[in-house]
Amino acid sequence: MKENDVLYMQRTRDFYRAQGYTNDYTWAHNDDAPFSTLRKPLSECKVAVVTTAMPDSAAGRAQRQVHSCASLPVPSSMYTDELSWHKTMTHTNDVASFLPLAQLKRCEEEGLIGELGDRFHCIPTEYSQRNTLENDAPEILARCQQDAVDVAILVPL
Amino acid sequence: MSLLARHLESNGIITLIIGSAIDIVEHCGVPRYLHNDFPLGNPCGIPNNQAMQLEIIQAGLILIEKADQARTTQRTLHCWKDEVWRKDYALVDDSNAEELRLRGERRRQQQVDDKTAGKPRAAMISDT
Repeated sequence: MKENDVLYMQRTRDFYRAQGYTNDYTWAHNDDAPFSTLRKPLSECKVAVVTTAMPDSAAGRAQRQVHSCASLPVPSSMYTDELSWHKTMTHTNDVASFLPLAQLKRCEEEGLIGELGDRFHCIPTEYSQRNTLENDAPEILARCQQDAVDVAILVPL
Repeated sequence: MSLLARHLESNGIITLIIGSAIDIVEHCGVPRYLHNDFPLGNPCGIPNNQAMQLEIIQAGLILIEKADQARTTQRTLHCWKDEVWRKDYALVDDSNAEELRLRGERRRQQQVDDKTAGKPRAAMISDT
């Protein structure tokens, strides 16, 4: 951490306390992390993208659940209104600023990756870590395995 | 998202998180993290700056290739156009204390209503 890094956990605790909440949210904490090694060159890997944005569709707006969408053509918009991005300072009208499909397609064309996965996945942000661990994460894993994905690039807003 | 990274990686899928909340990601602990010191919302680059967006994803791919241990964090050198955003996010002061108190009351009522209506997952309410 650097001195001027924004401390989002503390900001969030203070923000909710100001709204009258007395039990602070507890973020997941681990001292270690799993690690796998690439089994083949990145130039031969299939790469999928996962976002916390939802599809900009009736289903995406109404159903907070795992969704999967075609990577191409790149969607012109995503539903981000319910996420806590910095709405007074920026916008999410340029999908490429948080969903790197166009960039990865170009990387595919330049041979940096094997290929962009046919579909990308949307995972809802959850207060419940149990929902993420027991439902959403296994579902995303299953879909990545179905697609024979080697690498996942995860972009939380 | 950090929990998802851990789950995928544990099952053999290589993961990279690209984000802007370094304290949250490092608190959870993930295999690889590329940090862009931007306001939340555009972790892959400033909107409509395609050159920056491409540089960031390329930096991410290099990180995937080079990282040799878990909890590898790398910061890009890209900067936002100003520094105003650092103090602005979720600001709490005398100017909005009453508004926030009322927002909390509305939120708790919505959670009660959602539960009564049988919604399986409470709706997220955008706060900031």
